[in-house]
Amino acid sequence: MTIQKAPAAAPAATETAPALRVRDLVVRYGRGRRAAAEPAVNGVTFDIASGETVGLVGESGSGKTTIGKAILGLQRVTEGSVQYRGRDITHASLGERRDLGGELRAVFQDPYSSFNPRRTIGASLIEPLRLRGVSRADAVGRARSMLERVGLPADAVDRYPRQFSGGQRQRIAVARALICDPSLVVCDEAVSALDLSTQAQVLNLLADLRDERGLSYLFIAHDIAVVRFLAQRVLVLYRGQVMESGPAAGVTDAPKHPYTQALTAASPVPRPTEQAERRARREVLVVGGASAAAPTSVGCPYAARCPLATELCRTERPALRPIDDRLVACHYAS
Amino acid sequence: MTAPLTPTAPSAVRPQGGRPLARLVRRPPAVAGALWLAFIVIASLTAPLWLPYPTEQQDFSAVLAGPSPAHWLGTDELGRDLLSRIFAAGGGTLAASTIGAVVAMLVAVPLALIAASGGERVEGVINRVTEVMLAIPAFIIMLAVIGVVGTNMPIIMAIFGFLISSGMYRVFVGAAKSLQAQLYVDAASVDGIRPVGISLKHVLPGMLNTVMVQFALVFAVAIMLQAGLAFIGFGPPIPQPSWGGMIQAASQHVYDAPWMMVPTGIVLALTVLSANVVADALAATTDVPQLQIALREPKRRMRAGASTADTQAAAGEGLRVRALAVGSEAVTLVSDVSLDVRPGRVLGLVGESGCGKTLTALSLIGLLPPGIRPQAGEVLWNGHDLTRLSEREFMRIRGREIALISQEPMRALDPMFTVGYQLGGAIRRLQKVGRAAARAEAAALLGKVGIVDAPTVLRLYPHEISGGMAQRVAIALALAGRPRLLVADEPTTALDVTVQAEILDLLRSIIADTGMSMVLVTHDFGVVADICDDVVVMYAGEVVESGSVHSVLEGPQHPYAMALLAADPHAGVEAESQRLASIPGQVPQPKDWPDGCRFADRCRFSTEACRRPIALTPRRSAEGEVRCIRSAELTAAGVTWAAAPAGVEPERVRIEPERVGAAEAAQAPTRRAEPEEARL
Repeated sequence: MTIQKAPAAAPAATETAPALRVRDLVVRYGRGRRAAAEPAVNGVTFDIASGETVGLVGESGSGKTTIGKAILGLQRVTEGSVQYRGRDITHASLGERRDLGGELRAVFQDPYSSFNPRRTIGASLIEPLRLRGVSRADAVGRARSMLERVGLPADAVDRYPRQFSGGQRQRIAVARALICDPSLVVCDEAVSALDLSTQAQVLNLLADLRDERGLSYLFIAHDIAVVRFLAQRVLVLYRGQVMESGPAAGVTDAPKHPYTQALTAASPVPRPTEQAERRARREVLVVGGASAAAPTSVGCPYAARCPLATELCRTERPALRPIDDRLVACHYAS
Repeated sequence: MTAPLTPTAPSAVRPQGGRPLARLVRRPPAVAGALWLAFIVIASLTAPLWLPYPTEQQDFSAVLAGPSPAHWLGTDELGRDLLSRIFAAGGGTLAASTIGAVVAMLVAVPLALIAASGGERVEGVINRVTEVMLAIPAFIIMLAVIGVVGTNMPIIMAIFGFLISSGMYRVFVGAAKSLQAQLYVDAASVDGIRPVGISLKHVLPGMLNTVMVQFALVFAVAIMLQAGLAFIGFGPPIPQPSWGGMIQAASQHVYDAPWMMVPTGIVLALTVLSANVVADALAATTDVPQLQIALREPKRRMRAGASTADTQAAAGEGLRVRALAVGSEAVTLVSDVSLDVRPGRVLGLVGESGCGKTLTALSLIGLLPPGIRPQAGEVLWNGHDLTRLSEREFMRIRGREIALISQEPMRALDPMFTVGYQLGGAIRRLQKVGRAAARAEAAALLGKVGIVDAPTVLRLYPHEISGGMAQRVAIALALAGRPRLLVADEPTTALDVTVQAEILDLLRSIIADTGMSMVLVTHDFGVVADICDDVVVMYAGEVVESGSVHSVLEGPQHPYAMALLAADPHAGVEAESQRLASIPGQVPQPKDWPDGCRFADRCRFSTEACRRPIALTPRRSAEGEVRCIRSAELTAAGVTWAAAPAGVEPERVRIEPERVGAAEAAQAPTRRAEPEEARL
């Protein structure tokens, strides 16, 4: 557990540095006069320790995917810094990122569009290894053993993506992410497109691989229950800002921020009696609906929807402050 | 059908990129091209008013001269003024080119619309005919026509337009088909708009940009073709000026008077280039939606002996499906589905993708994809069998008695029209009221679906509203005909979880207020628990378990239902579980469905007896039915589908049936009742 430390503590490239250190990350789409008024990501700070899984939860437009892209170098960072094991990679080029040794990898959402339909699975899998100078025979051998590790037959290397189902392709995507021994994997909605039973298979696989290899995950998802299963620590995002962060079980079971409360209360459970009780509780709690939300520029981003909002919330943005074992950005949370 | 080329038509196009004119202005080359075309058209049309010399007037003092104050662009071999001749020739050339392009569009656009909306057979016939036309050498045909009618350019260009229309049709039919596959086209047909109306209102406006692009290209080709014909001597008769003829004449003097080629050549080249640049600019922002798996209106064949006259047969209230089978000619995709929805009740159809839940729901409203039809059984709606209705008869029920809410609210709305226009149109059609009354009713409906500022929202276009708002509008559209049954296909899947909660609350209150019933298709057991009264769990095209929501979700008796619920991370009661339960393998493809239990290959509890066909039987000590021969003994033993231990690959988890007791003993905490080993 590494709740953020003071940003000033300049880290040396040592073994004790966290796997990932993100400081005051700001991402603003567009440039110059075309820049968006509201940043997609607005001052997000967090660490991921070695072997730790941090979940990013939020609804559409919360900036969670943008954070993942910024870390992977797919999105230009406006302000702030991203350090990977003590090395600043905020503005690292793709070539410099390759020199990291393939230690920062990703699994994306759509299992259908993430593989080139005209190349075999093997060709897609060995590509990162070949770029790093691994001989062809060795690379194919590693691809075969990696496929077996994710529960697919080794001869899948000679087959094409269309010959696999969505769940199988997502396993292949996991194999591709892990084939060059990464220490951090960004999983962006990695199981969202899968059916329940295959989603469970892939989640179990990710958990097993983490325990086996000491992997760190940045696990991005809109579904707080999925995040709770895999992550030790959770950041809840709203309009590009962290509303609440802390241990996954605590944040999901006893949320302190009104937005986290709304999010967990709205997520239905498959037990009718319990769900009826939850709904009754939610009807008391929620006043302002999502459709009533209007952007606020100065105050708390959630104020327009928050049933507890006061004049203070609309005029002053609450800072993240420690409450018990977590950080909460709310004037009134306790 | 002249709509495609009326100058007012482009203003109806309103995609995200703005109007075509606005898009042109953002591209300087296109602006230059458009200005040149405008100049050449105006200058040619007004030529008789300002030409410095008559076209035939010869000035022998200045034969083959370059530019001079008397002759700005020089003269030809007979001393005729080039400027005068170029613009005198322009009018006829441009007019004939326009005729060619107009004819091509007038033939190709209607053909494309008919092919896209008329189904496979109609499209096939039109495709074959156009293929034959494409195989005809157009240039030879045109030379033959010239032999018969002489060098009458308007007629020749009209024939050229006709011949090239088959190529244009190829371009348009793709665009028309992808537009026809949009869900808003489905929604329109649910509302009861006829196919011709759908083609004109929903498909044609989306194609207009493509049509304008092709128009500009054909126009340019026609100009080149006329020049080419004149060059080889098939232009207007000799003293009359033509661009091709002038270039031909200039080519004779290319060594002694090279200038003569320049003015005509530049005018011709610039005109053709301008038409192409304008076409490119239009094409660059063409937003034809992606082709998707079509869920469009099927061509329903009238069945022999079909009749809806037996109104007295209204035996049961509500919806009653019996032994329904749905499939294509090659394969059955849904079999033996029976369900009942009484008024005011909500039935959940739940399962993983490919289990047939959506096909079952679409067959309730007669909107199965092309080529897929009900094969057996009946869908009784207030006593009438819907599977026997003709398309025309179904249109009286769709929207009025049974309405559809689809997964993607944005795609149920046509981006070309405002919310108010679409909602008002549906109300006028379904309730037969006037424009003003429809407007008021539209505002009232929006209020009913929880939209506070209805007058503003009515004026907005679909892309200007959020996903949650769009789903509210889509629900308002579905309510426009005051239906008694709502078929909702994953209505909240595309929405954020807080918005989903609001939409479910809205549906719940509408059902409480109106007493209508709903069939809800979903993969989310949480949604089922939230809003449904009864639930039907489907697997591989079959019902595996049905019953009340409480009894099925809290005590599933089919191994598949047990496994799915155990795999749901939202169910995580035992908080610190390190693994989720999962089902090994994949849902089998329809062609691989076995005769026996379709879940047997993935089931922990399967035995040899599971390889025989298995019927639905009553659930043990509860209402509802289950399709499993071992469910009674498994339920009695209190067996659950627990997570496999770490390190064991899900694919390899195979618990032999005779070892079920032992395996369960090893996972004692998951037991809910004392094991009855003897019974296993």
